[in-house]
Amino acid sequence: MINMFEVRETNEMIEKENLDVRTITLGISLLDCIDSDIDSLCDKIYKKITDKAKNLVSAGESISREFGIPIVNKRISVTPIALIGAPACKTSNDFVKIAKTLDKAAKTVGVNFLGGYSALVSKGMTPAEEMLIRSIPKALSETELVCSSVNLGSTKTGINMDAVRLMGEIIKETAYLTRESDSLGCAKLVVFCNAPDDNPFMAGAFHGVTEADSIINVGVSGPGVVKTALEKVRGENFEVLCETIKKTAFKVTRVGQLVAREASKVLNVPFGIVDLSLAPTPAIGDSVADILCEIGLEHAGAPGTTAALALLNDQVKKGGVMASSYVGGLSGAFIPVSEDQGMIDAVNAGALTLEKLEAMTCVCSVGLDMIAIPGDTKATTISGIIADEMAIGMVNQKTTAVRLIPVYGKKVGETVEFGGLLGYAPIMPVNSFSCDDFVNRTGRIPAPIHSFKN
Amino acid sequence: MNKTIITVVGKDTVGIIAGVCTFLADRNINILDISQTIVDGYFNMMMIADMNNATVKFAEASEGLEELGNKIGVIIKCQQEDIFNSMHRI
Repeated sequence: MINMFEVRETNEMIEKENLDVRTITLGISLLDCIDSDIDSLCDKIYKKITDKAKNLVSAGESISREFGIPIVNKRISVTPIALIGAPACKTSNDFVKIAKTLDKAAKTVGVNFLGGYSALVSKGMTPAEEMLIRSIPKALSETELVCSSVNLGSTKTGINMDAVRLMGEIIKETAYLTRESDSLGCAKLVVFCNAPDDNPFMAGAFHGVTEADSIINVGVSGPGVVKTALEKVRGENFEVLCETIKKTAFKVTRVGQLVAREASKVLNVPFGIVDLSLAPTPAIGDSVADILCEIGLEHAGAPGTTAALALLNDQVKKGGVMASSYVGGLSGAFIPVSEDQGMIDAVNAGALTLEKLEAMTCVCSVGLDMIAIPGDTKATTISGIIADEMAIGMVNQKTTAVRLIPVYGKKVGETVEFGGLLGYAPIMPVNSFSCDDFVNRTGRIPAPIHSFKN
Repeated sequence: MNKTIITVVGKDTVGIIAGVCTFLADRNINILDISQTIVDGYFNMMMIADMNNATVKFAEASEGLEELGNKIGVIIKCQQEDIFNSMHRI
């Protein structure tokens, strides 16, 4: 039988170390809503979402009460809208109409975010996909809860450089259209290489076409729990360090698995996956950077950071995989800048640069995330940064992503405040040497060879 | 059988256990096990209870216990046993 020590340990994780379930995300397929008439399409989308997700928020709250564990977000992901809207949308404005329908549906059911205003263009763009991409700035500036993502490349297809070039401009335009709120629109827009179909985390969540009609995916968190566990093994060798991370990740993931199973039962929707991610928040003590410091670095970004992060990421997966029957999504340590107080401190101390962050993304999920850069950064420079990150994902057969915020009107040294889970961020300097001639080449980068590994 | 874990943490005072037990008895909630200790000067109690024949729903009992805790100056949490089993048992 459960003893008092175990009960205390669990409750201390929840109360003092910010253990929570970061999100229950309900994936909903909209494929059966497809219609050639835009109004009837929007109507069907609204009905399907509000019907499937009507109990999502209340189910989340009741599970949270039963187990005494906070469930921070309840979210929805839908089939990439570029596919759903293709027969009905004749202009970009038609896509914006769908975005507004999604926003309205999300508000009706009371979720925090809805993801899937997306296009998958890793090899080429259909006219509808290009239209959707061009509608993103307007869609994000005129909605509140809709998140957008674009898959620009994959290990199997290479990188669609035409789309990479276009996204540089789209990110700039989104920043401009949401300039009143510190370019917040860009925080809801992410580009991927090797985007997963079952990611529960925003802004990149969408319900892939390989998925069932509806599915429950759960994202766990718990950087604070790992950090506290590591405080007890200071100075110990790597074996002890790794074992400690593994055991902690196991415990954290088991909670996610339990919540996912319960949610699946209550909502009568199949359980999809648990995403084993260490997702930080701006709250003190809920930081991935603090774990790196606890492993032995003065600040995230110091030499040794990439190795420490590689170790952390691998042990989290090793511990988590056994704790859950199905693992998926992004699964690993997230390193967003604005959402992690330790990362912000590292940037302010001058320890962490964009280039070091890029190196770190080679060994962890996801990529250059929530990084504020000067508003006057050129679109081609943003595309160049995206291309670099996509190349890392393509060659290493992993998911990588870019969520940059070129904050309109702000310069290096200033700070931008997004609020809530999105946090705040110092504007980071960007290498200003030109890559115009590279980015302006048309076509795509071919898929890499998978032999002769070096 | 779904078991419920009730934990009480706070400054020691007269009548904590009595208060919680009366609350549970009034709602036909059976106590299966009680353990209690003082950690760092703080009163720590854990109860394992059976709510299957309770006259109230889980959420109501849980909210009621929270309020009772506020009244006597301790923190009372009420959780399904599954969360601890998941975390600590393979």
